[in-house]
Amino acid sequence: MNYRLNHLKELESESIFILREVGAQFENPVLLFSGGKDSILVSYLAKKAFYPSRVPFPLLHIDTGHNFTETIEYRDKWVESIGARLMVGSVQDAIDRGLVTEEKGYNASRNFLQTAVLLEELEKGKYDAAIGGARRDEEKARAKERFFSHRDEFGQWDPKNQRPELWNLFNGRKHLGEHFRIFPISNWTELDVWQYLAAENVPLPSLYFAHRRKVFYRDGTLLADSEYIPKRPDESVKEMTVRCRTIGDVTCTGVWESNASTIEEIIAEISSSRQTERGGRTDDKRSETAMEDRKKDGYF
Amino acid sequence: MTSELLRFTTAGSVDDGKSTLIGRLLYDSKSIFEDQYEAVKTASERRGEEGVNLALLTDGLKAEREQGITIDVAYRYFSTPRRKFIIADTPGHIQYTRNMVTGASTANVALVLVDARKGVVEQTRRHAIIASLLQIPHLVICINKMDLMGYDRAIYEKIKEDFEQFASKLDVHDVTFIPISALKGDNVVSRSDKMPWFEGATLLYYLENVHIGSDHNFIDARFPVQYVVRPNNDDFHDYRGYAGRVAGGVMKKGDKVMTLPSGFTSVIEKIDTMEGELEEAYPPMSVTVLLKDDIDISRGDMIVRENNQPEATQDIELMLCWFNEKPLQLRGKYAIQHTTQSARCLVQDIQYKMDVNTLHRNLEDKTVRMNDIARIKIRTTKPLFVDPYRQNRITGSVILVDEGTNETVGAGMVI
Repeated sequence: MNYRLNHLKELESESIFILREVGAQFENPVLLFSGGKDSILVSYLAKKAFYPSRVPFPLLHIDTGHNFTETIEYRDKWVESIGARLMVGSVQDAIDRGLVTEEKGYNASRNFLQTAVLLEELEKGKYDAAIGGARRDEEKARAKERFFSHRDEFGQWDPKNQRPELWNLFNGRKHLGEHFRIFPISNWTELDVWQYLAAENVPLPSLYFAHRRKVFYRDGTLLADSEYIPKRPDESVKEMTVRCRTIGDVTCTGVWESNASTIEEIIAEISSSRQTERGGRTDDKRSETAMEDRKKDGYF
Repeated sequence: MTSELLRFTTAGSVDDGKSTLIGRLLYDSKSIFEDQYEAVKTASERRGEEGVNLALLTDGLKAEREQGITIDVAYRYFSTPRRKFIIADTPGHIQYTRNMVTGASTANVALVLVDARKGVVEQTRRHAIIASLLQIPHLVICINKMDLMGYDRAIYEKIKEDFEQFASKLDVHDVTFIPISALKGDNVVSRSDKMPWFEGATLLYYLENVHIGSDHNFIDARFPVQYVVRPNNDDFHDYRGYAGRVAGGVMKKGDKVMTLPSGFTSVIEKIDTMEGELEEAYPPMSVTVLLKDDIDISRGDMIVRENNQPEATQDIELMLCWFNEKPLQLRGKYAIQHTTQSARCLVQDIQYKMDVNTLHRNLEDKTVRMNDIARIKIRTTKPLFVDPYRQNRITGSVILVDEGTNETVGAGMVI
């Protein structure tokens, strides 16, 4: 008699449990989908959680307009394959309407504008739970995040006053106008995500695999050459073989020199890597507590 | 990829070397990345500290960094080829009970640090009592800073004896002692050549090999229904599945089962997942169960075996840990969550408060304040299907929620 699960199956079971709790405890949840591997994983687990029913909530993509083209192609195919409904909140539209103002100058990014658009979409759709793919191993402020993370009527996170979470008991009670952020894959590490996606044969965006691309160095990070990032005179573009370890907005997603062209090669590369995946994210490098500050304001 | 998941909790104060120990486990298992290390190094220099302060790795919040204390449970991850580890790192001072209890609720192993210079102190006892109360299956006592005591065997034996004497009053079954130096690395990842008298395993070897296969209850079948799956489409016309996570026992296709509260019996027709049918399901698997008969079952109901049922009761005795600044109200009403059930409850009696440092029962002062632990009696608005916490940590636990603020104010274990 050997009733034991391996660590990936145990993580899967935990995440499915969380997703079903969301389905049961909330009236109108939404799954935030960025096109990155973590939100791909969460939506895949959501499909498993409610099988053979359809995923009982829509996917919401906050589109900065500054995407890698591959992301959008993948997104549309993926959403169709899991039989979910897709909603899109547009940052460009928010800029045009004057809800937010575009950043100017060096390292300008629409990443920070996403927060206002996200909060507006949540309010518009009357969503009471926003499910996301954040993991505790990603960033130090996220290490203190709960599975069920309460947000006040301004969408703010109060890290010093979080509800304790014990056993399998999740308290999703809230007042009118408040909502929850839900993080079903809190306990997964980057390596767990890759190992699981490999074991389950989940198709992934081509950006994660080594490809030739025009790139340039800025502050020690390799960025993709794009019309959305004005280059300074001393920054020169060259073609290299690279891949993404995270996928976000073009303006803040670093790429890495890599020859890993299969998921197995990616796993080998991560296992021996000495840099965290967010090491290439310029949005985290603005200050020591950049992530915590953004999270308090309602960022994902 | 056959590695298992092990969750362990650590507790301690700033000066007993807990951060150093975690730092060493992470560093020696190559789980600290260069950019994390560089960031911590820069932050240490900016704060004018000597050397690299590994505590900054776990202290993630601004307030924690400013005050140099850990406020909240921090989760850290590392893995070796044998196992993946989740550390619930809980602070020693502020809100200690609340955080320790939270970290302990899902842990397989509790790691208690003892400073070899100080021996068994109040905090050691407190952590061991909480580990016992929360029924953490394995306890490992790391006697740290052996380097400062000349790696003296007598010191180790004395602390071991002191602890064993105290632990005889506790409900702990598996205790292991390891003399270490987190700073120098003795007996953490590699064996110490300074303590040839110690014949036990290193800490990492212990964590990789401690038997956790029996930490779940595999005897009493318990399946709290979490969500009813009804696809209502052409391919799955009459499909009615009960989704949930197995909380106890082994459930097999063909098993005769009973559903609570209705008491109707049926047979498991199918155990379903997206990858296909399973012959059996056991904790902590998330599956969907289909029954032969069409009976009315909804969230909060429980599927069990006819000859092995939990107690269905409205009167429950609990050991309660209180988390809120507003004290527990005798005759007060709270919302209560148990497995996938929700109800309301009335606090009928506060029997005694337990001193978490001495186990002493306080029968006089019955005001249950933040971080207090008390034995209480409640009455619920409808029957809950409970087991003693000692038999099953899932079906034996509840949380209390303040109906005004919606905060989780207490955690209870069924006696």
